[in-house]
Amino acid sequence: MTNLAKIYGWGRYPQQDAYLHTPTSCVSLELTAKQQNSVLARGMGRSYGDSANALNVLQTKYINHFIEFDKATGKLTAEAGITLREILEVIVPSGWFLPVTPGTSYVTLGGAIASDVHGKNHHIAGTFGQHVMSLTILLGTGEVLSISPQNYADLFHATCGGMGLTGIIMSATIQLIPIRSSLISQKTIKADCIEAACEAFESNSDATYSVAWIDCLSKGKSLGRSVIMLGEHAEQGGLEIDTRQKVSVPFSAPSVLLNSLTIKAFNTAYWHKSKHNLNQIVGLISYFYPLDAVGEWNRLYGKNGFVQFQCVLPKIDGVANMRKLLTEISNSGKGSFLAVLKQFGTCNKNLLSFPTEGYTLALDFKASVTAIKIVKKLEDMVVDMGGRLYLTKDAVMQESTFKATYPTWEKFEEVREQYGAIGKFSSTQSKRLGLA
Amino acid sequence: MKRILIIGATSAIAEHCARIWAARGDALHLVARNEQHVQVIASDLKVRGASAVTTNSLDLNDMDKHEELLNVADDALDSVDIVLIAHGTLSNQKKCEFSVEETLKEIQTNAFSTISLLTLISNRFEARKNGTICVISSVAGDRGRASNYVYGSAKAMVTAFTSGLRQRLHKSNVAVVTIKPGFVDTPMTSELKKGVLWAKPSDVAKGVVRAINKKRSERYLPSFWWLIMMVIKKIPNSIFKKLFF
Repeated sequence: MTNLAKIYGWGRYPQQDAYLHTPTSCVSLELTAKQQNSVLARGMGRSYGDSANALNVLQTKYINHFIEFDKATGKLTAEAGITLREILEVIVPSGWFLPVTPGTSYVTLGGAIASDVHGKNHHIAGTFGQHVMSLTILLGTGEVLSISPQNYADLFHATCGGMGLTGIIMSATIQLIPIRSSLISQKTIKADCIEAACEAFESNSDATYSVAWIDCLSKGKSLGRSVIMLGEHAEQGGLEIDTRQKVSVPFSAPSVLLNSLTIKAFNTAYWHKSKHNLNQIVGLISYFYPLDAVGEWNRLYGKNGFVQFQCVLPKIDGVANMRKLLTEISNSGKGSFLAVLKQFGTCNKNLLSFPTEGYTLALDFKASVTAIKIVKKLEDMVVDMGGRLYLTKDAVMQESTFKATYPTWEKFEEVREQYGAIGKFSSTQSKRLGLA
Repeated sequence: MKRILIIGATSAIAEHCARIWAARGDALHLVARNEQHVQVIASDLKVRGASAVTTNSLDLNDMDKHEELLNVADDALDSVDIVLIAHGTLSNQKKCEFSVEETLKEIQTNAFSTISLLTLISNRFEARKNGTICVISSVAGDRGRASNYVYGSAKAMVTAFTSGLRQRLHKSNVAVVTIKPGFVDTPMTSELKKGVLWAKPSDVAKGVVRAINKKRSERYLPSFWWLIMMVIKKIPNSIFKKLFF
């Protein structure tokens, strides 16, 4: 059950050799974990950088069973390796939906908890971890604990957002939200600069879902022009979903395909194609997971891959700071067409959870020496502005940045120490960030 | 709603077939050796929509229990519409070469136990004049190769046996479907190096369910294996014996 292979995150950068352990049941998972000095659970490998990379990774692809689903209360229990997509196939036809969902459904339940993922409803619903009622975790000591916000609360809040560094999540129970339809009524708003975009988020803060596509190449007056998409669950229209994948990128594209010219052309076309104040009814899958329709879209960046940059800036001075950041990005001319802006609500109790109240910006850079330099520059700016970077997207952050911007990291280490995680669970990222 | 007996229910291909059947609301009876593992799968299939799931754990090499296995399944499902036989082990060829015992054990698991079940099931289905029997054989059974001819010869026996059985049962309205998967990325093959020819068990399962729906005779899955095996079967022995794969 062990293979040596090259592994990498969704950004395909950085890559490393690893021993892949693939247990076929929870019993063999416990055994495999025990046999290794240091391991890390790995699900779909959808975090972008090196947070799911380690010398010994324990793949959860066969730990993917439903355990219980109460259709009356919307309480769902499943093993950690199940994907959100598989969950959707079962829950949506019964009138339930995920309380929080990231932009791809190809992540595992365990991964969603370990990254404490957020979605378009963060300003209302918070993160994924806030809807986890309980979970079971395999500790470094070999013990399996059932933990919740009430039981072993310290370990629970270290595990949600803990990047797999507290133990191996084996199963979890989450509270779903009821829906009457698998359709979303979407409203599109155009904002011709970053200030207008942030204002639009503010004035639409009662919308259940809100997210913006942002043009990271436009300059001057139209710097940060955005297309904001608001969404509400529709009241009718049936509960069918179609999760079949339409197309797939068969191989890595020649890396010249994405250059500042093609991206600029795309962004301009997208901006002009979008209509202000447009109301539409769209399917849930295409609203929440537009990129899932294109299998392995990461290959578009060529074989060297890409790095993603996602930061959050505090609300105070947030708009002005966002303008500074966007100016830097648009001057570099390197930003990609997949840039996203969103307003976050308040932060939660999870020790390494990313979201804090303010504005978040996410964008890709085709991996290159220049791109990494830009990302490092942006990192420094974010630190000065009192913001921070998302561990799930990160491939290059410095230890000093991490420790300065996640001030509860010491508390996190204390909890890891207490539950036997130190030395037992680590990733390439955790080593870079100076976690024991 | 179909009533389906799955033998070797913890095998990856069988489990993915069961997920498809569960989603369409079928009633399933699962037979496998590992009690704990089959219980995990049973709970999963209930959530995925199966109208009923029952289990029976036993070692399929215990052929004296096969008659009882079928009685239990009949009771649980109130008659069986479809049987999927999917159990098996991937033999360690090198170990077999040095051990008669090991070789016969592999042939026992991959051929004799299947043939025992087929004999009993076919008589039941023939008498009531309906039913579908699907067996997971393998491309390895099409031609013995140095790297896995013990496993291959067991599967060859299964393929030949089901071919004859299909002819015999045709007039009794009983379909016999022989599936020949190529390389499938499952726990059984986890130690083999993967390449472009490897298929996901979920995709192979879709093909199995489709073949059963359409009562196909023999099916290579994925279908391109038909072409590969046609070429391999055509290689003259004078050349074939000098190759090693």
